[in-house]
Amino acid sequence: MDFLQNYVELAAMVLFGIGFTTLLLHKNMIKKIIGFSIMDNAIFLFLAAKGYIEGRTAPIVVDGVQTVEAYINPIPAGLVLTGIVVSVSVTAVMLSLTIRLYRRYHTLDIDEITALCRKEGEE
Amino acid sequence: MMELHYALWQNIPFACIILPLASAAFTSVMKPRLARWWAMAVLTIVTVLSGVISAQYLLGAESYVFPMGHYYAPIGNEIRAGALEALTALFFSIIMLLSLMGGMKKLDEHIDGNKQNLYYVILLLLTAALMAQVYTNDLFTSYVFLEIMTLAACALIAIRKRGRTLVAATRYMIMNLIGSGLFLLGIVILYDLTGHLLMESIRGQVAQIAATGEYAQPLTVVIALFVIGLAIKSALFPFHTWVPDAYGYSTPTSQAVLSSLVSKGYIFLLVKIMYRVIGVDVIAATGIDDVLFVFAIAGMIMGSLSALRQNDVRRMIAFSSVAQIGYIYLGMAMGTEAGMMAAMFHLFSHAVCKSMLFLAAGGLADASGNSKLFRDLRGAGYRSPIAGVAFTIGALSMVGFPFLGGFVSKLNLALAGIALSPVKASIVLVTLAISTMFNTMYFLRTVITLYRKPLDGASYPVEKGQRGFCFNAALVLLALINITLGIFSQTVVNMITAGLGMFG
Repeated sequence: MDFLQNYVELAAMVLFGIGFTTLLLHKNMIKKIIGFSIMDNAIFLFLAAKGYIEGRTAPIVVDGVQTVEAYINPIPAGLVLTGIVVSVSVTAVMLSLTIRLYRRYHTLDIDEITALCRKEGEE
Repeated sequence: MMELHYALWQNIPFACIILPLASAAFTSVMKPRLARWWAMAVLTIVTVLSGVISAQYLLGAESYVFPMGHYYAPIGNEIRAGALEALTALFFSIIMLLSLMGGMKKLDEHIDGNKQNLYYVILLLLTAALMAQVYTNDLFTSYVFLEIMTLAACALIAIRKRGRTLVAATRYMIMNLIGSGLFLLGIVILYDLTGHLLMESIRGQVAQIAATGEYAQPLTVVIALFVIGLAIKSALFPFHTWVPDAYGYSTPTSQAVLSSLVSKGYIFLLVKIMYRVIGVDVIAATGIDDVLFVFAIAGMIMGSLSALRQNDVRRMIAFSSVAQIGYIYLGMAMGTEAGMMAAMFHLFSHAVCKSMLFLAAGGLADASGNSKLFRDLRGAGYRSPIAGVAFTIGALSMVGFPFLGGFVSKLNLALAGIALSPVKASIVLVTLAISTMFNTMYFLRTVITLYRKPLDGASYPVEKGQRGFCFNAALVLLALINITLGIFSQTVVNMITAGLGMFG
């Protein structure tokens, strides 16, 4: 069964869809940010799942040099780490923007905020 | 592996990235006044260095690859420089410097005094990210700097503390996060397919995959993810909804930088992906360039139509950007060398022109009691003469007046369009004609407004000392670059063609 063999990748794609839709369509800013986190983490899950081969270990030589077949490629894991750092900083910026919006408009609903901001008029 | 030797000038790309990146860190603890001169000095150095490397390619240097830390392909991270990269870096750094000069006076007004050094931090970070985007040879590095660019651009909008800019920055971030999410997924799937992150190595693998036809569907998905992700980030037509607010309400330097550099950085990355990662023939085989063609055509018309309806000059220029991005994508979607050349030329001419228009509009609005509405701008061309002339030159260039940059890019686009199949050729020519007509309508309407008599009873506060030397100098220099680009276009065209040849 091909389908079940790749269940992690499948789950990652489903999560990506959930996160993507939440980020795009949800009105609440906090839920948008949660959606963004789910979306990015789904990509990292996909990358981590693709980078792992069943039965192999991280490329750290313990008992002398083993064959290449004993190890996995460490680069996907490195990419996941880099990606997490980027994702965390983006989340921080989004949260700080949300705080400033909330202090000004006392709501988290982006449509309501837009309406309030239009009402303020030009400039 | 053989140890390579490099000439001194070949270190320039790395210097152009590391210099702004390192000085951004120092700028954060400086006093605002020192930070300003520091940022100006760094940007000047980057511009001069980019000029040196462009001169090397003008004299016929070869493209080269610079392995970072001397780890050679396929393991290490690489910088690559060629004629097109050098030219793009030169244009980006000049425009960055002149936009800062032109908008400097307004920064005092729009940003709290003790926070101004943060603005220069952002600007330097953005410069570093742009330079890295231009020179990098590694797909994942380009993603990291793409996110730095997005964050810097968001801060550029939000640093002016108004409700509108906050909302605009939030909307900008939401759309851009979707774009970079799709782009990252594309990189991950492509890495999974090919096992490489360096552009040349991926290209070799993709050619093999495409030849066997084994992974045709994943490859199509990857190309679609790249194209849609970067199209969202650079505001191609159906994804442009965040543009008018983001460009319209920020401070003039931010407007100029956002419209002429940030979106162009994403487009340059897409050009690199098309030529150096996937290959134009592979993209054409999937038919995605036809989708891009339709979006570009729609953008050229809808952007102009929306611009026609605005009564605020800055929002009009912002919508005009949407149309001009459509022009660039049209050239890219043609899938021919001539089309890509036209797209790159328009990228430069639009970048030079749009920054000048935004700065000039800021100056004109200042001379009209800080109002950007057309009825208040009547006669502003007399009250702020240099800004008026600069706006007129920019408007004429956008419309496609001979001897200016915009004329050459429209000519090149039309010439590239004629070489296509009859149906496509007629679509390109008709759309160019319609879009140019709309351009003329809204830009010349604005120019005429600038030189009309003010409404009865309208009085404007007389500005003491005008807007200062820096503003005028920046506008004059931008206007000169615009005219130079129109008159000496053949040199630029030759360099672009040589650079695209080095890509292939």
